Amino acid sequence: MSQPTSPIFGRLDWTVTPYTDLLHHVTSSTIVGAGAATVLVLGTLGAVALVTRMGWWGPLFRDWLTSADAKKIGIMYIVLALVMMARGIVEGFVMRAHQATALGTLSAPESGLVAPDHFAQLFSTHGTIMIFFVAMPLLIGLINFVLPQQLGARDMAFPVLNQVSLGLTAAGAALVMVSLLIGKFGTGGWTVYPPYTGIAYSPGEGVDYWLWAITISGIGSTLTGMNFAVTIFKKRAPGMHFMRMPLFCWTSLCVAIMLIYAMPALTVSSAMLMLDRYAGFHFFTNGAGGNMMNYANIFWMFGHPEVYILILPAFGVFSEISSTFSGKKLYGYTSLVIASMSIAVISFTVWLHHFFTMGQSANVNIAFGIATMIIGVPTGVKIYDWMATMWRGQVRITTPMVYLIGFFMLFVIGGLSGIILANPSIDYQVHNSTFLVAHFHNVIIPGVLYGMLAGIHYWFPKAFGFRLCETWGRRTAFLFVGGFLLTFMPLYVLGLMGMPRRSPTFQNPDFLPWMYVAGVGAVLMLCALGSLGWTFWSSWRRRADLAVPGGDPWNGGTLEWSSPAPVPAWNYPRIPDVKARDDWSAAKRGGDPWKGPDDYADIEMPANTRFGLVLAAAAFALGFAMVWHVWWMGVAALLAIVAAVMWRGMIVLEPEIVPAAEVERADRQFREWVAAAPPASRADEETPRNRGVPDITEFAG
Amino acid sequence: MQAVLRSVPVCAGIVLLLCALLPQAAMAAPTQSFLQPMGPVAEEQATHLWRVIAIAMVVILPVLIGVPLLVWRYRIGAKGAKYTPEWDYSAKLEWLLWGVPVAVVIVLASWLWYSTNRLDPYEPLGPAPLRIQAIGLDWKWVFLYPDEGVATVNALAIPVGRPVELTLTTDTVMQSMLIAPLTGQIYAMPGMTTKLNFAATRTGVAEGENTQFNGAGFGRQKFAVTAMEPARHAAWLADARRAPMLDAATYRILRHRSVLAEAREELGLSREATPLYFALPMPDLFERVVAKYHATGGGGSGALGGTGLPSRPQGGDE
Amino acid sequence: MSNGDNGLYPGLNLGAGHGDAHDQAETSVFGFWVFLMSDLIIFGILFVTYAAALDPVGLAGGPGPQALFDMRSIAIQTGLLLLGGAAYGGVSLAVKYDGGAGKVVAWLAICAGLGAGFLFFEIRDFLHQAQEGGIPQASGWLSAYWALVGLHGLHVAVGIAWIGASAAQIAVRGLDDVVKVRLSMLGVFWHFLDLVWIGIFSFVFLVPLS
Repeated sequence: MSQPTSPIFGRLDWTVTPYTDLLHHVTSSTIVGAGAATVLVLGTLGAVALVTRMGWWGPLFRDWLTSADAKKIGIMYIVLALVMMARGIVEGFVMRAHQATALGTLSAPESGLVAPDHFAQLFSTHGTIMIFFVAMPLLIGLINFVLPQQLGARDMAFPVLNQVSLGLTAAGAALVMVSLLIGKFGTGGWTVYPPYTGIAYSPGEGVDYWLWAITISGIGSTLTGMNFAVTIFKKRAPGMHFMRMPLFCWTSLCVAIMLIYAMPALTVSSAMLMLDRYAGFHFFTNGAGGNMMNYANIFWMFGHPEVYILILPAFGVFSEISSTFSGKKLYGYTSLVIASMSIAVISFTVWLHHFFTMGQSANVNIAFGIATMIIGVPTGVKIYDWMATMWRGQVRITTPMVYLIGFFMLFVIGGLSGIILANPSIDYQVHNSTFLVAHFHNVIIPGVLYGMLAGIHYWFPKAFGFRLCETWGRRTAFLFVGGFLLTFMPLYVLGLMGMPRRSPTFQNPDFLPWMYVAGVGAVLMLCALGSLGWTFWSSWRRRADLAVPGGDPWNGGTLEWSSPAPVPAWNYPRIPDVKARDDWSAAKRGGDPWKGPDDYADIEMPANTRFGLVLAAAAFALGFAMVWHVWWMGVAALLAIVAAVMWRGMIVLEPEIVPAAEVERADRQFREWVAAAPPASRADEETPRNRGVPDITEFAG
Repeated sequence: MQAVLRSVPVCAGIVLLLCALLPQAAMAAPTQSFLQPMGPVAEEQATHLWRVIAIAMVVILPVLIGVPLLVWRYRIGAKGAKYTPEWDYSAKLEWLLWGVPVAVVIVLASWLWYSTNRLDPYEPLGPAPLRIQAIGLDWKWVFLYPDEGVATVNALAIPVGRPVELTLTTDTVMQSMLIAPLTGQIYAMPGMTTKLNFAATRTGVAEGENTQFNGAGFGRQKFAVTAMEPARHAAWLADARRAPMLDAATYRILRHRSVLAEAREELGLSREATPLYFALPMPDLFERVVAKYHATGGGGSGALGGTGLPSRPQGGDE
Repeated sequence: MSNGDNGLYPGLNLGAGHGDAHDQAETSVFGFWVFLMSDLIIFGILFVTYAAALDPVGLAGGPGPQALFDMRSIAIQTGLLLLGGAAYGGVSLAVKYDGGAGKVVAWLAICAGLGAGFLFFEIRDFLHQAQEGGIPQASGWLSAYWALVGLHGLHVAVGIAWIGASAAQIAVRGLDDVVKVRLSMLGVFWHFLDLVWIGIFSFVFLVPLS
């Protein structure tokens, strides 16, 4: 593997694409590899052609890529996540298809759809993408969109930094995408444990792709965490005391704190592995004083809080929708706040349960095992609180509620397997098995994915002015529930039967029926993905029917439902004066909630800037150059980053002023429209009669 | 609603399917699951699994049963259902919601404490255990019986009734050895040693495997563990002692990145997955392999193939 | 305390009780504190890594603390860096009592000079250690040492660059509210470096030598 490094092209040459492999041997594995690269190339070309044909470059640049508006940044995060999710789900399907064809013997070479090395790349990219480039952007995007509105703020505390965070995340995602076409990805899984991923055993570019993608996007996430925290501490509207904040804001605060304290661990472990690989350091190498156990510790000091970073925003969404769609106050607000904060804190004390089997003493394992079980208490309390919220309510089975119900039924099974895994004595058996794979998919899919999709359905009208089609929404939800069950329940069984995770082949024919069931499940997941796409498409076509300019389609209780849909850039004509928890709900009970402010003032909004875009491009160039040892380009990119940061430090960005008259015109227009619109009752919620103006005689949850 | 109805039978189905697995022990293939235990460690692990599931049901069943009932009873338009939109707190309910999970966790944590101590893999199961050493290589295991002068590749034979103390290391990346019907897994790392103590209470063949991904041959890094009567075990050892020597040159070949069948081919044997047996002239081979990684300067002794990736590129992938 | 109705940042002397300026300062400075807390975690993990490598296995037969550390040089570095931290008090006082741009820049120059002196001795030590075979490639312990102390040194270099940038901004903009707030953040950063160094001085140098 020690190919010469060219001073101009580094290690890049024409043989690094999957087409070369295809020319060498035509096998199902190389066909899949080349096919994936082709989809990437054609997809990119198609997107460029579409944007050019429609003349969208200008608006794309002006209104989106250079925008510092947290709502637009949030939407871009979610779009990025959905694109990456499409790849992740397809990869999951390819892995299931492979394992369904991978029954082999110990003496014959591995068979099946893809080669073992290709399979290892698939599980590595799948995990990396789903955690860092699907789950994280989904939740960060949703928080970006919702948090300022719920707090009664205009924007994030640091809008430009927010843009930078998005740029860095996108740069990381782009690196992972490029690895489809140029070179190969690593085979060390999403955790990249050395020494297997050290330079001695993984000499190629694959691990470096992971390291640079994760480090770049990880720095973006750290900055996001700071932004969220400062926004919550400093940008709340007057009267928005902590104990009046909606639960989603509380879970965002937990996420912020965890990002601030957990992400540096990932940055450090990746940086140390980079130093090992590029500069011959001995942090995690075999021998010479390297200590691979240190990697596991540092990685999971990030990794375990990360799990709760992923799940807590979903818990926030569930708190909002359980109340809104039951037409009832949220039960146990204080309990839920305490439970969220407890989870955030305890999550930093359990990292060792990811490696009970590393050989430490039983007493250490006991301490961490019990800490892990203790996290189950606040989690359980939350679930019961949402059930209590539905009790004696008027529950509407809208799409978000289907996700919530799916979450209830499935997440507790994931919780059960979590409690099982928390026992070191049982973990010794099922660690590193497909039981573990089933467990974390069982908490992440029903928890994070359902939560985020529920949130997207719930707040979509606020962003775009029309509801998503409920019929297709529910179909998608059912497909995700059914797909999950069929795909992952067999993996529990296989794990108990003794099948290790990440197996490119297996020899036990008893495994095969379960593999077939899981394969069918993967097909359902693909259908769910298609159905999700169709939901967006068909809703857009029917956007006139589904429009809700009144802005409050679900008769919600929190501040953001008081504004029109789509919400204007400035969120609120005047910063609201918050008088109660669920202020909007209280206003509706008080009568005349849509009364306009007495006077209007100029509004300062963050101005557009190209700073994030420049940094994203430079960061991508840096990562790509370092992966391929194109040193001149790496140095140039690094200098560009330093120059851009210093330039940003020297200048002062003047805000954009929205004149009072413009705000007043838009706001009065909205209020007149609402006053004239016929209110829709809950029974009409899914019909075109729902124009976003609820019947305020009905109790707003 | 459909989602709910669909998920209930599946949840129940899982438990039933797990039970259905148990009779498979009669099959000829090696046992691969701790739910078909061959010794006290796996047996206790399986028991503890069912125990944890049973205790956890106290908090889980209310959700699985309660959610469908709640959705049905309080769906919008349901007749006769009460509606109390302002109700958002009840002190009594709070005690229940926090109290029950706390109580369950206390019970579970006590059991966790007990079973983790009891199943500590470092604790010998009895006096005079049979000492075996395992060296993880890419993609095979070398087993050493230092007291008996025997070595094997991918074959482990243990006498029924006598405790076994297996000491592990690797001469490559991190691995994890699991012999599910006998004991749980533990990581094996270069320059370090870990231990598994276990015993077999009945004869049979268990499958052992590496569970920590370590490259293309990972899926074939399996071996058979045969639990046999003590007399047969003695005969097995005697047979193995008559096999060729495991010298440094052979060890260097074994150290190449290859699965067993490929390593056999390199040693001039047939390309199949039949284990290799050797007499062991170096009783301190294990210690020497561990010591390679503590040598000054990171180089280690060349006689046993150094510490880095073996020089020969891996062979035979298609 | 005459500045601003809310009494925030009296030391910053922001424009005549201007509420907006204070709010912005509040957000920025708090945000910067949060950033430093995150940075502190990075140093914390590197400290732990260093401690974990400080044993015969981590030293791996390479040169150890006794052979490499020059306490006299380390004492000089400590003195220079801490004096530099104290000198930043001059910047803060000059800002608070309207000492004028000249005085602020002069104190900034003293800080930068002392920081550069620290870096000079630190780099000299690094070069010396490398000559003795104490390169980061020699052992796990040396990897940890170079990473931790080197990262701190990098922070000091960034601090000096920031001081230069601040002086340039004062030259261009004068001492306006924006620059004052940035100077207060620079102060937090500069003192943070002292804090980390005290940890390095104690745990990296004194502990293994004792």
